[in-house]
Amino acid sequence: MRSTPARQRREWLLFILLIGPNLLLFGIFTYWPLIYNGYLSFVRWNFLRPVKPFVWFDNYISVFTSGLFWEIVLNTLVFTVWSVGLTLVLGLALALLINQPLRFRNAARAALFSPVVMSGAVVAVVWSYIFDPRYGLIDQLLGLVGLNSPDWLGSTRWAMPAVIIVYVWKNLGYAVVIYLAGLQGIPRELYDAALVDGAGPWARFRHVTLPGLSPVAFFLSVTSVLATFQAFDIIKVLTEGGPVNATTTLIFYLYELGFVTYDAGKAGVIAVVLFLIMLVLTLIQVRYLERRVSYG
Amino acid sequence: MALSDELILTQPVENAAARRAGQRWRAAGYLAMLLAVLVIGLPVYWTLIAAFKTSAEIYGPPTWFPRAPTLANFPAAWNAAPFGRFYVNSFITTLGGMGLEVLFAVTSAYALAFVRFPRKDLVFLLLLAALMVPVEITIVPNYLTIARLGWINTYAGIIIPGAAIAYGTFLLRQAFLALPYEVIEAARVDGAGHLRTLVSIVIPMAQPAIVTMALLSLVAKWNDFLWPLIVTNTANMRTLPIGIYWLRNSEGTINWGVVMAGSLFLIIPVMIVFLFVQRYIVEGIATGAVKG
Repeated sequence: MRSTPARQRREWLLFILLIGPNLLLFGIFTYWPLIYNGYLSFVRWNFLRPVKPFVWFDNYISVFTSGLFWEIVLNTLVFTVWSVGLTLVLGLALALLINQPLRFRNAARAALFSPVVMSGAVVAVVWSYIFDPRYGLIDQLLGLVGLNSPDWLGSTRWAMPAVIIVYVWKNLGYAVVIYLAGLQGIPRELYDAALVDGAGPWARFRHVTLPGLSPVAFFLSVTSVLATFQAFDIIKVLTEGGPVNATTTLIFYLYELGFVTYDAGKAGVIAVVLFLIMLVLTLIQVRYLERRVSYG
Repeated sequence: MALSDELILTQPVENAAARRAGQRWRAAGYLAMLLAVLVIGLPVYWTLIAAFKTSAEIYGPPTWFPRAPTLANFPAAWNAAPFGRFYVNSFITTLGGMGLEVLFAVTSAYALAFVRFPRKDLVFLLLLAALMVPVEITIVPNYLTIARLGWINTYAGIIIPGAAIAYGTFLLRQAFLALPYEVIEAARVDGAGHLRTLVSIVIPMAQPAIVTMALLSLVAKWNDFLWPLIVTNTANMRTLPIGIYWLRNSEGTINWGVVMAGSLFLIIPVMIVFLFVQRYIVEGIATGAVKG
């Protein structure tokens, strides 16, 4: 093919036409909001007034010195640590047990995965009936052993466990599928070699399976943490962040500041904080993946 | 592919003890499968039977089977909220959003894979960086942008802000680069322009990857909750997930049978589609993750 300047220019133009709309939308709806969030975090504004007075770090100070903010940070941590921990551990156990020559294995995998494709809103609606302290499924099951159900969604003590249960129920299948793929990626020869060396089942698990799974487990833990920071629909439908903020996480707080109490400045602060946390997590993941690619 | 059954670990059997241990593990495997299916299935079953119960039964002593099965909850749910309208809205926003994402992913991936441009690496980086910005933190500025465009409570307002796609672009770029280059080269030598090559060679050959990407997009758009909640403000523009939330809040603890019947309006279509395409979705997700 000849490469005349005219031809080259046509090729460049085509490139811009092909990728331009995608990039333009990212510019307007992804990059611009980042800048604008930063700007909003320095002004006082209620979405209505024509002026947005610049208040320097007032919003940051008022957020960071409020007890509510730290309570919400703690809620977010509790939600994230429990959800991710349970998902990773239960997911691994299930994947290991299912990763055998069993009949109906693929059917079980599909069943486990099905809540992942359901809408979080409908899952939360269904579970709000299951948690109903007088007529719900859990009350009925507890009744079989003579116990009474707590008022899950109405008590500050049980609302967060309820949210975590629903979140894990919905997302466990994702972890199982990823772990199973990871298990299948471990070369058979490693197990054969370990057997020849006389390694028992525990030693094989400890020295072959676990190291073989570590990249997958790392991928899962980072993506799961990021996902919990974005979990909104289940919390909104199940508890509305309550009772009395017991299940308000950072992302829910951002929504409330923006669309319930109309405090654009503080919403900007929370958006900046959330972005920085998630950026660090993503960069850790990218660094790790790069290392794996270049040395692995 | 990565999950095919031939690859299942089968351990050589040294002796009777090892065989017994293997059997025990297999029994544990079946038990785990049973337990998992029960934990997933029970809530769905509970929803299903509630939809067929009379409210007298729901609010009476608990039962595992509807004593006097009724269909009345379904029309009641259908009439309690404009579900027909919710379906139409969900179909339009899902198909529109998915269509744009697939279009952008295919064209962007082709450009990145095969079209010459100076500093392509910078363009690549710009797309990669977009992956690091979760849509959740953009809601306030995007609401303001959409309001300025006059798109509040419109389909465009629901669809456009989420139409750009980075992840799918990378998935498809990988798939395009894995195609046999000689075929593409041959088409170019035969005088096919880029657009012909894209439409008649690359798209048909990369079809499985495109279908997987489209399905992932479909699920995400159909279930989207936060953005449609923010950007719509009248019942006739709500999508199904917002609609069911709204139905629960208005019927709530008043009539669980009706709310569960409404939930089935959402669950059943998704489950039917999932039944047919689950292999694509599950394996698309698994390979995407394991390959990094």
